[in-house]
Amino acid sequence: MATFSGNRGLQMEQPLIFEQGSPDRTAVDLPDVPAVGDRLGGLKRQQPVGLPGLSEPEVVRHYTRLSQKNYCIDSGLYPLGSCTMKHNPRLNEKLARLPGIGDLHPLQPVSTAQGALMIIDACARWLMALTGMPAVAMSPGAGAHGEFVGMAAIRAAHEDRGDARRRVLVPESAHGTNPATAVACGYAVEPIPANRRGRVDIGRLRAALAPDVAAIMVTNPNTCGLFETDILDIAAAAHDVGAYFYCDGANFNAIVGRVRPGDLGVDAMHINLHKTFSTPHGGGGPGSGPVVLSAALAPYAPVPYVVNEGDGLSLVEYAAASDGKPCGRIKGFHGQFGMFVRALAYMMSMGSDGLKQAATDAVINANYVMARLKDVMTPSFDGPCMHEALFDDRFLKGSEITTLDFAKALIDEGYHPMTVYFPLIVPGAMLIEPTETESRQSLDRFIDVMRALAARAVAGDAERFRNAPRFTPRRRLDETSAARHPVLRWRTPAVDRAAE
Amino acid sequence: MLCFTREHEWISVTDDEEGTVGITDYAQKQLGDVVFVELPEVGSRLLQGAQAAVVESVKAASEVYAPASGEVIAVNTALAEDPARVNTDAMGAGWFFKIRLDDPGELAGLLSEGDYREHVEALH
Amino acid sequence: MRYLPLNDSDRRAMLAAIGVADADALFQDVPAGVLDRPIALPAHQDELSVERAFQRLAALNLAPSSVPCFLGGGLYRHHVPAAVDHLIQRGEFLTAYTPYQPELAQGTLHALFEFQTQVAMLTGMEIANASMYDGATATAEAAMMATRIAKRRRIVVSGGLHPHYGDVVATYARFHGLAVERLAGDWQGIEDAAAAVDGATACVIVQNPDVFGRIHDLTPLAETCHACGILLIAVVTEAVSLGLLRSPGEMGADIVAGEGQSLGNATSFGGPTVGLLAARETFVRQMPGRLAGATRDVDGRRGFVLTLSTREQHIRRDKATSNICTNSGLCALAFSIHVSLLGEAGMRRLAELNHARAVMAAQRLAEIPGVAVCNETFFNEFTVALPCPAAPVVEHMAAAGVLGGVPLSRLFPEDPLMTPLLLVAVTETATDEDIDRLVATLSAALQA
Repeated sequence: MATFSGNRGLQMEQPLIFEQGSPDRTAVDLPDVPAVGDRLGGLKRQQPVGLPGLSEPEVVRHYTRLSQKNYCIDSGLYPLGSCTMKHNPRLNEKLARLPGIGDLHPLQPVSTAQGALMIIDACARWLMALTGMPAVAMSPGAGAHGEFVGMAAIRAAHEDRGDARRRVLVPESAHGTNPATAVACGYAVEPIPANRRGRVDIGRLRAALAPDVAAIMVTNPNTCGLFETDILDIAAAAHDVGAYFYCDGANFNAIVGRVRPGDLGVDAMHINLHKTFSTPHGGGGPGSGPVVLSAALAPYAPVPYVVNEGDGLSLVEYAAASDGKPCGRIKGFHGQFGMFVRALAYMMSMGSDGLKQAATDAVINANYVMARLKDVMTPSFDGPCMHEALFDDRFLKGSEITTLDFAKALIDEGYHPMTVYFPLIVPGAMLIEPTETESRQSLDRFIDVMRALAARAVAGDAERFRNAPRFTPRRRLDETSAARHPVLRWRTPAVDRAAE
Repeated sequence: MLCFTREHEWISVTDDEEGTVGITDYAQKQLGDVVFVELPEVGSRLLQGAQAAVVESVKAASEVYAPASGEVIAVNTALAEDPARVNTDAMGAGWFFKIRLDDPGELAGLLSEGDYREHVEALH
Repeated sequence: MRYLPLNDSDRRAMLAAIGVADADALFQDVPAGVLDRPIALPAHQDELSVERAFQRLAALNLAPSSVPCFLGGGLYRHHVPAAVDHLIQRGEFLTAYTPYQPELAQGTLHALFEFQTQVAMLTGMEIANASMYDGATATAEAAMMATRIAKRRRIVVSGGLHPHYGDVVATYARFHGLAVERLAGDWQGIEDAAAAVDGATACVIVQNPDVFGRIHDLTPLAETCHACGILLIAVVTEAVSLGLLRSPGEMGADIVAGEGQSLGNATSFGGPTVGLLAARETFVRQMPGRLAGATRDVDGRRGFVLTLSTREQHIRRDKATSNICTNSGLCALAFSIHVSLLGEAGMRRLAELNHARAVMAAQRLAEIPGVAVCNETFFNEFTVALPCPAAPVVEHMAAAGVLGGVPLSRLFPEDPLMTPLLLVAVTETATDEDIDRLVATLSAALQA
């Protein structure tokens, strides 16, 4: 039943900020502008921007109400497979904002920023030790950006030997960023199918490997939540034809502190600090994607990087100043420094013992979910999983309920859905990653809900699933009309009417 | 003459060797609601089997390949405003583009309506 | 260990339910000899110890908030209202994922839709995306986008573009197999970018105000470009300037790439910040990155979703417009909240205040014997020529407790003409006393 206001209890309707306020109002008091002549060369803005004006309490209320329409890891289990929604410690946020850290300017003299360079250097050393790799490029802005750097370094290394290679092999189960990155680095992508155990089909991989293959891009543990059992043979096969082994490190959190990718023959691997090392996802970013490199690729790392010249740390900011052969610069300034602070604080808090325990607990939690759901849902593969439990939609067969319906019904039960329809190699995939953040009690409650939903689905209550979610601020949204007739910004009602 | 490809395109050819190309009803059902169609440029030349267009639903993008070689002589501009035509009338108002065939002999390698129906049934 | 809820009895019970003897059995797929090789790293630490360690590291730095600071060159120190940081630290914003399930993420999506609108309004463009990593990568993506739209393979880069941005464009272009023509660092403001275009040129990239602080009327260049089917990409590194200057859109830019750090975000030693990307609406399908769009739910109520996703890597894979996945969501939110707090009047006044403070500082610096202000025009940053190399002067000033500017040799290390040039940024944070100290320490450093 509708209310007069549109509000329902604590669920508040909130207009767009442009539909509030008036242009003369402001939430920021500023001093009077001194009367000095302008030096704008006649290029002063003539038209208003069109922004609304609001007081501080109005703005605070606006964003507070918006925030209340979001699900988050602070409020509940967030089982998005492949995304790693683990707890974001608040100490990290505090430290990133300390005077002398948060307010540092990237172009202040390096003599006045030695502590900052030590933070970058320490973060780099932790990452190298945990991966067993001799070098790391710290500047990539996020995981996909790290992939770009790793593949750029690979291409630079081949080209340096006059070895023009054209193909990159990518398993079909890979994240979409892998093929997109290979193309961004000028390569043609060739998909490699998975075998029936959810691993790379090494026979097909070997058949596709040839001297024109620049690299293979393999995720390990893979996107099915499984460790690639043939990983050493895969690396050797790639190296045998002179190709490099790029490892997508999105799932490093399953093995951190226990397995060093350097021991698996990896030549390059990005690390999503916002996954494995607890920096917040922030509704879509910012991330940070340092990429560790083998000795063969290290000379091609991009600028900038930190060096120790005896009398303190300094930055190599330009290719000409480098004694290597950098693949270029890929981001302004020195990388996502604020994320290095948070990740380093997390690594120091956890220590090598804590990181190992976190990986172990993440794997225990996923296997516990798998063990307690496998009789009512359909696991895609046999055997223990790593940090993710993967199910497909066979258990829904005949129910007229899709994976999407099942996910939306979970929303009504107070949970964010698992990752759905990924990896692509599994029909109607449901990929559950509980992470080490969840207690046994929390998992038991989640499992009870999942079992109840599965039972209800099999019993044929399709209506309940198709109409879900019912209790959220908005119910299912019309994505088709959003894409057919994109409305990507607010316009004044007069402009909108004129457009119609 | 109406021919089909295994990749779910159709081509309808007139006596003066002009072909109209679209995707089949089966293909539009597999895609779901079509939200956008990227069409080739009029005057561009296509080779049989090469990518000619892209059709997008909310969650998927599929390439459309030229069933035969030739020069593009018209595109269905109405799809820009109303891509839903691909769903409602895939074999008619939802056509993509027209080409002037280089070699009508290429059509011999395509499927007849009956062969295509068998091909689709075999997919299930 | 404070971040881990499982205890040993939980683990034992769970392993029993799984049906294995110990946790190592779950790692059975790891090749023999690879599991648990020793890693030489310290053990876990309590919160207070970690905090102390970072305080010690912070104390080794000269904190710009503690001294007069005139650093710019692409990132700027502004006062960020307290409400911004409070709101972005709400867990519902801070600890949410990308809004792929719109029913559970209307807060993020609604805020992104507002951000896109604000960026479009400020830049004078029709549409904007939900953010990029930073200004430099936004510029590189804009250049890649322009080559797809124009279907040409040459990029002309103005010598007024921030060198980091030019370097990133060059790196992206190299791996895409595109040609880049970089014009020399134009500290005198005499460049004619239009003369560098030819029939193969896809786009011209210019910065306004440029890296030396000069303001340009882009209209004539836009006209030249458009006559030849070339796209004009305007880059803005100081977003506050948009409150006072003619917008790039008004001057004919086709794509605007920018750095949004100045609004809502700390300088944070260079990152994370927020890349802005705005364009004409007809280019939307060539635009990289996420886009929030308005639609209706099944009950007919307005709501928001991520849309046009078929451009993106998670659907289009090797045919995507870019490989970008994560963006700068939380920094974009901070930008947006700051703009909302300022509003039309506050945005204008903040920009006017920056300009007035900079004009005052420029007048004072010009009075120092041997010092000349190079710029005819500027917003809140300008270049001064010193009678000696600028880098040692800056070190000298820092030792005296003033962050007096960026020596242009830091940004253009291979151009000897830059050696005596100092880039000075003056924002609303600079007090009269700060400007006095800038003048005094610079004078003293020149005499030393």
